[in-house]
Parts: sequence; C-alpha cells; structure tokens
Amino acid sequence: MAGEIRQFHLRHNLFVSARPFIIALWLSFLFLPFKGLKAAIILFLFSSVILYSLRYVSGFGHILSGTARYLSENILPAALHSARLKVILHYSSAIILLAFPLIFRDYFIDVAILSGIYIILALGLNVVVGFTGLLNLGFVAFYAIGAYTYALLNTRLGLDFWTALPFSVGLTALAGFLLAIPALRLRGDYLAIVTLGFGEIVRLILNNWDSVTRGPNGISGIAPPEILTVSLGKLSYYYYLVLALVVLTVIVTRRVYSSRIGRAWVSIREDEIASSAMGINTTLYKLYAFAFGAFWAGLAGAVFAGKMQFVSPESFSFMESVLILCMVILGGLGSIAGVIIGSLILVLLPEVLREVQLYRMLALGAGLVILMIFRPQGLLGGKGVFIRN
Amino acid sequence: MKMLQDLWLRLLCSLSFFLLKLLMFLQQVINGLTLGSVYALIALGYSMVYGILELINFAHGEIYMIGAYMGIILLAFFTAIGLTAYSLPLALFLTLILSVIFCASYGFTIEKIAYKPLRNAPRLSPLISAIGVSIFLQNYVMLTQGATDKVFPHLFGASGFEFAALRMTWLQLFIILTSFVIMIALRIFVRKTKTGKAMRAVAQDKTMASLVGINIDTVISVTFIIGSGLAAVAGLMVAMYYGLVNYSIGYMAGIKAFTAAVLGGIGSIRGAVFGGLLLGLVESLGGSYISSEYKDAYAFIILIIVLLVKPGGLFGRAELEKV
Repeated sequence: MAGEIRQFHLRHNLFVSARPFIIALWLSFLFLPFKGLKAAIILFLFSSVILYSLRYVSGFGHILSGTARYLSENILPAALHSARLKVILHYSSAIILLAFPLIFRDYFIDVAILSGIYIILALGLNVVVGFTGLLNLGFVAFYAIGAYTYALLNTRLGLDFWTALPFSVGLTALAGFLLAIPALRLRGDYLAIVTLGFGEIVRLILNNWDSVTRGPNGISGIAPPEILTVSLGKLSYYYYLVLALVVLTVIVTRRVYSSRIGRAWVSIREDEIASSAMGINTTLYKLYAFAFGAFWAGLAGAVFAGKMQFVSPESFSFMESVLILCMVILGGLGSIAGVIIGSLILVLLPEVLREVQLYRMLALGAGLVILMIFRPQGLLGGKGVFIRN
Repeated sequence: MKMLQDLWLRLLCSLSFFLLKLLMFLQQVINGLTLGSVYALIALGYSMVYGILELINFAHGEIYMIGAYMGIILLAFFTAIGLTAYSLPLALFLTLILSVIFCASYGFTIEKIAYKPLRNAPRLSPLISAIGVSIFLQNYVMLTQGATDKVFPHLFGASGFEFAALRMTWLQLFIILTSFVIMIALRIFVRKTKTGKAMRAVAQDKTMASLVGINIDTVISVTFIIGSGLAAVAGLMVAMYYGLVNYSIGYMAGIKAFTAAVLGGIGSIRGAVFGGLLLGLVESLGGSYISSEYKDAYAFIILIIVLLVKPGGLFGRAELEKV
C-alpha cells in the first residue's frame, strides 16, 4: 500500500515536472504539418524553455500582477482624481495637442489624424458596447454609410463638407435606428450575429451596387472640407479639425453618460430585467444607444472620406469592426479615457512595429485571448463596468 | 385545323421550355444540397458547442479552414512518399482520418487554452476570446502557408452520372452521402451512448449534471473534439469540391454555418442539419435566379428574418429569461 502510494507520488511528480515538455511537444505536434519538421523542433525547444521557466517566474509574476492591480485600482484612479495633477495634466496635454502639427513631421500628423478618427469611432462603439452592454459586431457599417454618404453627396451633387455632414451623420443615425428596431428583440449573442450580418450586407451592397458606389474601385476625388474658403486639405489644418471633433465627441459622450439617459444605459447593462422593473423603457433606451453610437460613426466616416479623398469597400471590412471593438475592450469597456488609450495603442502599435507588421494580426489575436483571461475589464476598466453574466 | 396545329406546337414548345427550366432548377437543387450538407456538417459543431457552453465559437470556421489545408498538406505528403500512386483510396482515407484527428486536436487545445479559463467569466469574454482565436489562426495559417490560393489536386475529375440532362458528379454524391452517414451516426451517438447522454445532460443543466457525477470538463472536451472533427470532414470535402483553398475561407463558411445552426434552432442536431441544407438550397437557387453577386448576403437576410419571426429557430424552443 505504502509502496503504491509512493509510486503514485513519484509518477505524479514525474508528470508535473514533465508537464511543460508535454505541452510543448503537443504544441509542436500541432504546428508540425504547417511548416515542417525543422520549424516544429525549434518551436518545441523554444516553448519548452519558456514554459519551464514560466514555472519559476510564476511567483514573481504574482508579485508583478499584484502590483499592477494595486496600481490600476488604487494609485492610478487616485492620481487621475487628484486635483492639482489633473490641472497640470490637462494644460500640458492641451499644449502638446495644440502644438503638435508645429513640432512634428507630416507623417506623425497623418498618424495623429488617423488616431483621432479611430478615437471618435471607438467612443461611438463604447456607447453601445461599453455603456449599454449590447455587442455590436457590424459597427463598421455605420462608418461606411457615413463615409459613402459624404462621398456621394460631394462627387455627385457637389455639396461641400459642412452641408453634407448633417445628411451624412443623420442618415447614419437613422440606419442605426432602423437596424436597432428589429435587432433589439434579440438576446446578446444573437444580436451580435445580426449586427455582424448587417455589416456584411452593407459591405456587399457597397461592393456590388456598381452604378452608385462604383463597386470595388471606390469613389475618388472627394473634396476636403473648407472653412471660410480655406481648404482643410493641408494636413495640419485637418489635424485641428479632427482634434476639435474628438474633443466634441469626448465632451458630448461624457455629458450624455452622466445624464438620465446615460444612467438608464448603465442600468440596462447591469441588469436589464431589474431596470425594466424600475420603469425604464429598455427598448427605447437601447434604440437611443444604437442611434447615438451610429451618429459618431457617421461623423468619423465623413471625416475619413474628407481626409482620404477616396473611399472603397475595402476600408470597411469585418476586421475593421473587430479592430474598433478591440480598442474599446483593450482600454476598458465604458471608460472614456480607457477607450482613448486603447485606440491610441492599437493605431500606434502597428506604426511602431512596421518591421514586424506581418505578425501584428497574429499578436492581436493572441493578445485578445490573453487580455480576456487575465484582465477582462480592459486596461483602465473598473470592476463593475464589465457586463455581468 | 391549322390553328389547332399551331396551338399544339406552341404547347409543345412551352412544355419543353418548362421541362428545361425544371431541369435547371433540379440541377441547382443538387448543387445546393451538396453545399448545404457541408454547411450542415459545420453547423453541427457550432450547435453542439452552443448547446453546452452558450458560446458562439468563432474559431470553428477556422478549424474547417485548417481541415481543408490539412487535406492539401497530407495529400502532398502521401504523393511525395508514393502512397497516392500505390493506392489512391487508401491515401484519401488516411488523409481524411489524419485531418480529422488533427482538427480534433486543434479544437481540444483551443478549448483548453482560450475558453476553459473563461468558463465563469462574464458572457462577452469568451466570445471576444473566440474572435481572438479566429484572428490568430487565420494569420497563423497565412504566415506558414502563404497568402495565395492553394490548389487541391484534381483527383476525381468531373466524371459522374447523368440522368435526363441532370449531372451529378461522383464527388457531389460522395459529399452528400458522407455527410448523411456522419449525421446519422452523430444522432445515434448523442441519443444512445453514455457520453451522448452526458452531453445532453450538461446542455440542459451544468450544475445538475455535475451533481449526478458527470465530468463536465470531459464532456466539453468531447464536444469540441467531435465538432472539430466534423468541421475537418467538411473542410476536406470543400477543398475537393472547389479545388481551391485560401486562409480566409473559414470566416464566411463559419458565419454561414452559424446562420444555418440558428436557422434550425441552435442546440438541436436535427435543426442544424435542416438549416444547413436549407441555406445551401437558398444560396444555390438565389445565386442562379436572383443575383449571384449578393450570394453571400442571402444567409444574413434569412438569418435576420428567422430571428425576427421565430427567434428560437425552426426546430428550437424560444427561451424564457429567468430572473
């Protein structure tokens, strides 16, 4: 009996100590047919070393993650809320943002404009996913509708940016409303799939309705916006336009978030049944959320079309929807500062990592999984902001 | 007399025209059934996983894509070592078995890495994790196998049999028959075996099932293994049918198969089969009679309509939300 137990322990210990190698062997077995024996052996060696050393750093890792959690939960919010630091931060960031085009090269301004457009988009999606807790996987459709509306109104009817903008934004909000009316009868996952389907349908229409959208070739020759006959075609001018719109988006979404409507959204996110029992018309507020989120996507779309002076269905694929969703999730669902940081990271990272661009989507996929396992609420998200089960 | 003859001729003409149309229609039905049985195979995986975990396994389409790639890789390997020249059926059989084993391993591993740690997480987390896995696998295959289309060796040719101008290739027959055999086997498995009963129990109530001594982890692993194996079969057959494989085929196929699963009522095997066949028919008929450009949109339009009219799917029950 005792011998058996000892043997069991021995075997168990053997298994535990061999586990990293077994996992590594398994992974390289999965990898084997795709790249051949040599690559699989290299993968085996690498992953076994990493997995084996992971065991020894796991204690260290606990300390590290504990510190990180402490920082993000106690110090960081406190720092953000301390009044003096806030003032300093505000002024310095305002000065940096305003002086940005004077200091940096065109390339950086270009990236900054792109980040701005994505921030507007992500803040719009944040209204739907972060505030209200409805997963929208076809958000890019609204972006596309906004961009194409401006592109068509400008190239076909000759309307300038500011005249076309209300149509562009209004039509997008209307599209959001129209999608929401049928979609909101559905539960979470089904809603996600229907919005995904909506995004695909819009993309297919853009791709195939040749007589209007000119199909995959796209629409070129879109005029950049003008202010008092000064064309904003110059990058630095455009930067200021985008900056102003980002600031507008942040202010408006924040005000709406803390208003009656915003509180209704949060209560729907936290518990739909309870909030409808409290007298909130959940369907109506979900409609608002969809239309309001779509509104910002329309704005971003028009700005995008004016910037690129060219639109094609290629810019509005499902991956783009996922990218915007990643921005919202990475930063922290429901947190406006988090969403801005998330968008900046996801726009800037590929620019920084141009050399390894091939691997960027690979890293994005793996990063999403890791983020969900270790920090599902995102970088800046608090405890309560994630959608409960 | 002349008039009667004229009328007769006209009738004959329209009759033959009608027959021709009918044949065309039936031809599209055959094509649609072929496509539909593939969708049904993929949809089964979605449906089983959703039935047990309530998770839209976005990576399932990618498993199907990996199955198709495995077919190409393994056949190339067997050709290189001379097995294909020795005996083609043996090589094909080995390819099928090995790619099923491989995809099942992939499904098993994905569940262990990406979904198991999130089993008690909020609902969105596993879904996003699944999207992450899908992106990862797509790029993984693209980086290792290249971004261009891969050609599947032409084994069967276009030979088949004809019946009154209707053509059905052997491959089409093979695909439809194989799918049906697999589906019937799966139904028997889920109905009769102990593991199948455990699966149904877990789908109904996880806590209760674990209380009566069912190992939930094992059941979930088995579900993923079976689902991935079915996807591998589907991938291999599509690779043979179209002859071209690309790293991005998994996304569309996955979405359509999910549509099929929802169409029939997610969680039900009969529903997944029916939904897959219906979707294949609609796509094939719609593509030839309405517009082939919007072929991919039909799935979504049907999905939206079904969800609005009967949210539980055709064979499913509408679920009440419990407080």
